[in-house]
This record gives sequence, C-alpha cells and structure tokens, in this order.
Amino acid sequence: MSNLLEVRNITCQFEKTRVVEDVSFDLSEGTLACLLGPSGCGKTTILRAIAGFHPLISGEICLDGERISSPDYILKPELRQLGMVFQDHALFPHLSVFDNVAAGLQDFRGKAKKALVHSMLERVRLNGKESRFPHELSGGQQQRIALARALAPRPRLLLMDEPFSNLDVELRETLGVEVRDLLRDSGTTCLLVTHDQQDAFTFSDKVGVMNDGHIEQWDNAYTLYHEPVSRFVADFIGQGAFLKGRVREGDIVETELAMLHGKVPPGCKPGCPVKVLVRPDDVVHNDASAFSARIVSRNFRGSSYLYTLELDSGTQLLSMVHSHHDHALGEQLGIELELDHLVVFPDESARDEQISQTPHQA
Amino acid sequence: MPETGAKQNTAPIRTVRMRVDLWQVGSFLFAALAALPVLAIIWLALFPEENIWPHLISTSLPGYLKSTLILMLGVGVSVFLTGVSTAWLVTHYEFPLRREFEWLLLLPLAIPAYVIAYMYTDLLEFAGPVQQLLRSIFGWELARDYWFPNIRSMGGGILMMGLVLYPYVYMLARAAFLEQSPNQFEASRLLGHSQFKSFLKVSLPIARPAIVVGVALALMETLNDFGTIDFFAIQTLTAGLYDVWLGMGNLGGAAQIATTMLTFVVLLLSLEYFGRRRQRFYQSGQRFKAKTRMRLPGHHAWWLTLFCAVPVVAGFVIPVGLLVSLAIDYFDESWTPQFRLYAFNSLLLSSSAALIAILIALLISYTRRLNRHSRTMLVVSRVASLGYAVPGAVLAIGVIVPFAAWDNWVDSLARQWFGFSTGLLLSGTVFAVVFAYVVRFLAVSIGSIESSLSKVSDSMDMAARTLGYPAHKVLTRFHLPLIKGGILTAGMVVFVDSMKELPATLILRPFNFETLATYVYQFASDEMIGESALGALFIVLAGLVPVIFLSRTISRSNVVQTRRETL
Repeated sequence: MSNLLEVRNITCQFEKTRVVEDVSFDLSEGTLACLLGPSGCGKTTILRAIAGFHPLISGEICLDGERISSPDYILKPELRQLGMVFQDHALFPHLSVFDNVAAGLQDFRGKAKKALVHSMLERVRLNGKESRFPHELSGGQQQRIALARALAPRPRLLLMDEPFSNLDVELRETLGVEVRDLLRDSGTTCLLVTHDQQDAFTFSDKVGVMNDGHIEQWDNAYTLYHEPVSRFVADFIGQGAFLKGRVREGDIVETELAMLHGKVPPGCKPGCPVKVLVRPDDVVHNDASAFSARIVSRNFRGSSYLYTLELDSGTQLLSMVHSHHDHALGEQLGIELELDHLVVFPDESARDEQISQTPHQA
Repeated sequence: MPETGAKQNTAPIRTVRMRVDLWQVGSFLFAALAALPVLAIIWLALFPEENIWPHLISTSLPGYLKSTLILMLGVGVSVFLTGVSTAWLVTHYEFPLRREFEWLLLLPLAIPAYVIAYMYTDLLEFAGPVQQLLRSIFGWELARDYWFPNIRSMGGGILMMGLVLYPYVYMLARAAFLEQSPNQFEASRLLGHSQFKSFLKVSLPIARPAIVVGVALALMETLNDFGTIDFFAIQTLTAGLYDVWLGMGNLGGAAQIATTMLTFVVLLLSLEYFGRRRQRFYQSGQRFKAKTRMRLPGHHAWWLTLFCAVPVVAGFVIPVGLLVSLAIDYFDESWTPQFRLYAFNSLLLSSSAALIAILIALLISYTRRLNRHSRTMLVVSRVASLGYAVPGAVLAIGVIVPFAAWDNWVDSLARQWFGFSTGLLLSGTVFAVVFAYVVRFLAVSIGSIESSLSKVSDSMDMAARTLGYPAHKVLTRFHLPLIKGGILTAGMVVFVDSMKELPATLILRPFNFETLATYVYQFASDEMIGESALGALFIVLAGLVPVIFLSRTISRSNVVQTRRETL
C-alpha cells in the first residue's frame, strides 16, 4: 500500500532557531497517528508545515505522491484538501453551526449542501443545533462541530492540534474515543499533535515521540512504554525510576536488586556504569523477597497505591501495588523486580565521576 | 510506494519559485509612500538648493528654538502635574462624583488647542466680559489703570495647551495606577511611609514609563500646533517654518527648519519608545479588581471633587459654553452657503482620508498577519506609522517637495513630447491635503486595526484556509465581520483628526479652498472670533465622538484602550 503522507527529512526554523530538524515519517491511508512531545518540541510546527503554513528549510512533504512542500515551493493551504481541528476550536463566531459546517462546502449548493451538513452533524451527534451559534455550545460540542466542519469536505488528511486539551479530563477521554471511532469508521487518515500521552494512547495506532525538533521514536504505545529507545522517551512516557547498575560480561547488568539479562546498548562495554529503567509495575510486592525498601511517600490511586520506595543505598523506586496492600509510611516493604523488557541507558552522570562504590550484590 | 517514487523521478524537476506576493508588494509600496514626506525633508535638509543655515542660525533660529523649548517645557510640566494628580485622585481616593470625573477628565481632549485659545482670548481680552466686569466693579477705565495678565503670551499658550493636552497623561497614568498591585503601595505604607511619600517613592516611579509616554504624546501635539502659537504670536519653529515658506517662499529654508523640528520629534519618539519598553517590564499587566480607595472624612472629600473639577471646567465647560453662546449669537452671520460648502469640504476630505487610511491599514495589518514572523513586515508597519509624530507643518513641506518634483517632471515630459504644459497635477490640489492626512493619521488606523486583528486567533485563519478559502477571501469573509469595531474606531479617529487638522491644510490646500478648520483660523486671525464660533463648534462636536467612545470604555470597565496605546 502506498503512503498517503510522506514527510522526508524536513527542517523548519523560526527566525534563526531551528524548531524542526531532519524529521521524517510516513502515514499510510487510514492510519491514526500522533506526534507527542512537550511544548516547544516542534510538533505543532510540523503540523503547520504539512498544512502549508510553514516553509521548509530542507526536505519535502508529499501527499498522495504529489510534492506539496519543498524549500522553494509551497502549495497554498487552500489547495491541499486537508482538514484541520484546533485546540481553541476556531469556529467562526459570526456564523451559525450550519454555516460553520458548510464553510468548506463551497462547491455544493442548495439541497446537496444541506444534506451533507445534516449528515455530518448527525455523525457528531449534534443534529438539531444547526441554527445555534458557537458561543451557545459547550466546549465539547464546539469541538465536535469543528470536527464536522473539517470532515465535511472529505479531506485527504485530517490534522488535529491539541484538540482535546481545552476540555475537562472526563470529557476528553470520552470524546477522544468517540472521535477515534468516528475516524476509523470513515477511514480517515489523521495526524494528531498533543503533549498528553493519554490522548495519544487512546487515539492512535502510531505515536512519534518528539523532543527538541527531532522524532526520538516512532512506534506503537506498547513499545514506547516498554522499549523506549532513549532516556527522553523513557522519562516522558509513563512513570518510572532509574536504578544504577554496571554492565557485566555478556548482556548482563548488575544492579543492587538483581542481575538482569537483556539487551545492553552497543556503546556499553563491560564495567560501564548504566541506568536501568524500572516502571512502577516492574516492582512487585513480595514479603518473601530478600530485598526490602522503606516507603517514603504514597499516593492513593483508587484501585492501586503508588508507593515511592527508598532502598538502603538511597535509590528511589516507584511501585504500583494493589490497593488492598495498605502500608504505612516508613514501613519496610519486601520487593522484587519483574522486568519483562530490560531497558538500559549509559549512565552519563556516573561516567565522569567513576563511581567508587560498587553496587550491593545479592 | 515505488509507483510514487518513480512518478517523482521521471517528472521534470520543476522548481516553482514562490510567486510575487501582491500583499507584500502593496504594503511596501504604501509604506514607502507614507515615508516619502519624511525622507524628502531629510534629503532637502542635507542637499539644500540654497543654504540658509548660516543665515537662519545668525538671525531667527535661536529665537525659534528658545520659544519652542520654553513652550514644550511649560506644557510638559503642566500636563504632567494636571494629568498625574487627577489620575492619582480618581484611582486612590473616594470622593463625590469620582466615577463621573473618571471620564469627564477626558473631555478637553475633544477641543483643538486653537479653539480653546480663541475662546479664552475672547473671554479675557480687554474688551472681553471678565475685564469689563472688573472695570465696572472697580471703576477703572483704561488698560493702564490696572494690571491684567495678557492671555496672548507664552504663558497663555502654555496654559491653553496644557488644558487640552493633559488628558493624554491622565489616561495613561490612570491606567498605570490601576494596574499597580495595591500590595506594593501597602508594603510601603507598612514600612512607615506616609500616603504621599508612598506615592512619590513607589507608585509614581512604577507608573513613570506610562507617564513618560503620555507626556511625549502631549509634546508631539504641542510641536504640531500652529493655530495657537500663531494667534498668540509665539515665535516657535512652526511659526518660523510658516514665515520662511509662506512669507519668503523659501522651500529649502522651510525644510531646514522642518529638519530641526524632526530632531525634536526623534527625541520625543525615543522618549515614547523607551517609555513603552519599560512599561512592559514595570507593569505586571495583571489588574487588581476591588481596589480600596481612601476616603477623606466628612466634607473634606469635596475638596478633591473641586480639584478634579478645575481642569474639566477650565478645559471644557467654559470654552464650550462660550463657544455655544457665541455660535448662537452669530448664527445668522455664520450659517451661510459658504459655511455649508466649507463644512462639506471638511466632510469630504476627512472621510476620504479615513477611508483610504482604513484600506491601507487593512492591507498592511493583514499582510503582516500573513507573514507573521517576518521582521520586514514589522518594519513596514512601523515605517508606515512614522507620520503620527511628524508635525503637520513639517509633513506639509515634505509633501510639497516630492509632489512638486513629480509635477515638474511630468510637465517637462509633456512639453517635450506633446508640446503642452500639464501644470500642477498634484501640488496645490485636494489630493495633496488628503495625502498628508493619511500619512499623518495612518498610525492610528494601523494601531486600531492591528490590535483588533490580533484578537482573532490564528487558528481561525488556518481553519478557513484549509477549508479552501484563499487569503483575500479569509479577510473579507471571516476577518472583516470580526474586526468591524476596530475598523470603525480607526475610521472615526482619522476622520475627526483630519477635521481638526490645521497646519498641513493651511499649507497644502488649493488656492481659495477652505475647510472648517481653515475657516475658523481665518476668521479668528481677523479678530472675528464670534463668526468663527459655529465652525469651531462643529469641530468640537465631531471631536467629542471618539472621546465619548473612550469615556464609555473607561466607565464600563477599567480597561483603557487609548487611541495611541496600541501603537
């Protein structure tokens, strides 16, 4: 299957600062993808470049095999047949809901236009609101109108810029699911941009984690969580702590809690200090374990507790424990590591210091 | 995949350069036109046809400079004291009619300085009602029997301009005081400073940038004034410029005086610029809502009411009252077909200027929006706004120079090729007058339109563009309905300012062509103030419209949108 959207080595800058550097990715027809990253990482600039609002310094963007952006050419946004949805909804305040949804249907007249608008409103479950004005609707309704407006002209690609960020927590999740299902049903290809990993995970098949103008990792949610390729991705996605360790012969990493097997980054020779990513669900409560850690803080999450634990060495770990296991602060908790995926990064802080103290051994 | 790749490789590599952007070309063009007068003056001063600098310096220039400096110093001190004290009272004290005074204090802004000068002259001159009254009370008969200050003097000029220009300072100082967190002031009180000392040590310094901007704006108006100083025979640079140009017909000399005035303008502009830069950093922008105002015990609060009433009564009530009564007394003499023609001329010129200023401002502001991060467009918008600081008389000289050059060029071409003379095409036509108005007031219009455009979110443009609307349709279909308020304000302010404009109109108008402003000036110069009253009243009434708008904004909320704050 050919790719609908191809982004090839694009670089963008604002004034003199490069905000996007050498970014590439493809979207095949029907994919729901997401660019995820902290604010200022360049994700919105990529979206704007795809829509034709931001020039490229290098690279190219192709849609359906046609080059739409390159350093010396920009196809005008109005000719790209893209849909766009924004954080602030961007509904036209002086137009009714009907006219907003009909705004992109310039080629349609009379009955055909009416029928299209009605079917769009039905799909976002807002039929009957045609004559309302945007300010009379709730935030969630406004966003659904914005979606209907963007989808009505049957765009080749839908771009969404933080579409759920202005909504309250509960609504954003239900709306996220609703929008995802709607897009799947219609086979729409969509690229969403968000700083919120929950939005990203609910919504997309593929997520590109961005940092400082680069895509650090382009993968599905599961892989991003369990097999992050960089410290940044590991930090940014989910919670977790890092356990100091040292590479032994082969692919073995020695830590204060266990000897761990797994892939070690290619640059790490035996003896090299490393950090091992430990997710809260990797730390399992086990009274029979030889290791224990002191509870330094706890956070009740309803179905579980998130404990912050401190080992004798001072290293802190997070542990997700079933909420029936109610332990007091200061209590010693027996723990063991259950790592399915070993994620190891070179320990940059320790490399210079040459840590003198060897980790405890079991 | 391979299919698309092949398609790309076999297709001839066609690098489509971005087409010439008509928006930007148009913006550059109009900005260049707007900057033309200023450039012309600088050019003339640098390469004069006939160097009169030595002559100027040895004769009249020192005198012009001295009176200009004294006038500006006097007006500066006067507007500072009046503006800051009243702004402080209405923001920090509670007294009877305080809410009303918050907007009443703006009213004098509606009166051109020359009109108030005519009114006070009529009131205070030897034959005026005040001196008549004094004579009848004390039995004096001749002017030498008693001493009475002459209003037509430097002191009088300072007083008159101070009375109508203090609202600039009042407006900005008030906004600055309101923006200050009361915590800073209270902290100072708790540290043991008295109310007044806290004002001097804390509130005033924090508001200083805003006050500096207000004073700079008032002084720009002072430098611009011609009617008052001419009537009071104060020999400022503007007066000198008129003498040299209209009296001696020496364009080079006029341009050299104009350049001297531009130096003042540059100083004032830098003052204003640094004020605004500091403002950003001094003021949190966060507004404190329920400010607790000091209450003076018992009837003492009425003293504050009285204090605030002085500038309103002196700067508005008395002159307008007198104006109305004179206009009624002289109505039959004034309401003539000629008067109606002049009024129509004013209306026509001012509304053309307003319309053109709106269109150019829309073009430049929208182009700037289309090229959001372009420094070039920022410069273009600033260059197009240069005119607001240039005094009308200076601007007029700057218009004459290139227009005359153009006329001569076209004329010589026509003679050479077609054997006839085209005469004056642009100079001495109403077009030149409208051109000057547009250049001088474009800044106000750009400021107002840019600020209302900036309230429309960017995503609105992107949404419309992705829905298939080209840039110009986004402007007409989606922006215009949203910013019509800003457009209206822009048009109104340009209209009213053009209506009041005197110095440039006097220099540039066609022979025997009168507007209300020149008509008022003409009659007043001939000591026929009564006959000029009706025209002056029209100008004041027109001037009241934007001031009332401004007042409504002030009384409705604490948000002050000053005319020029947006610049």
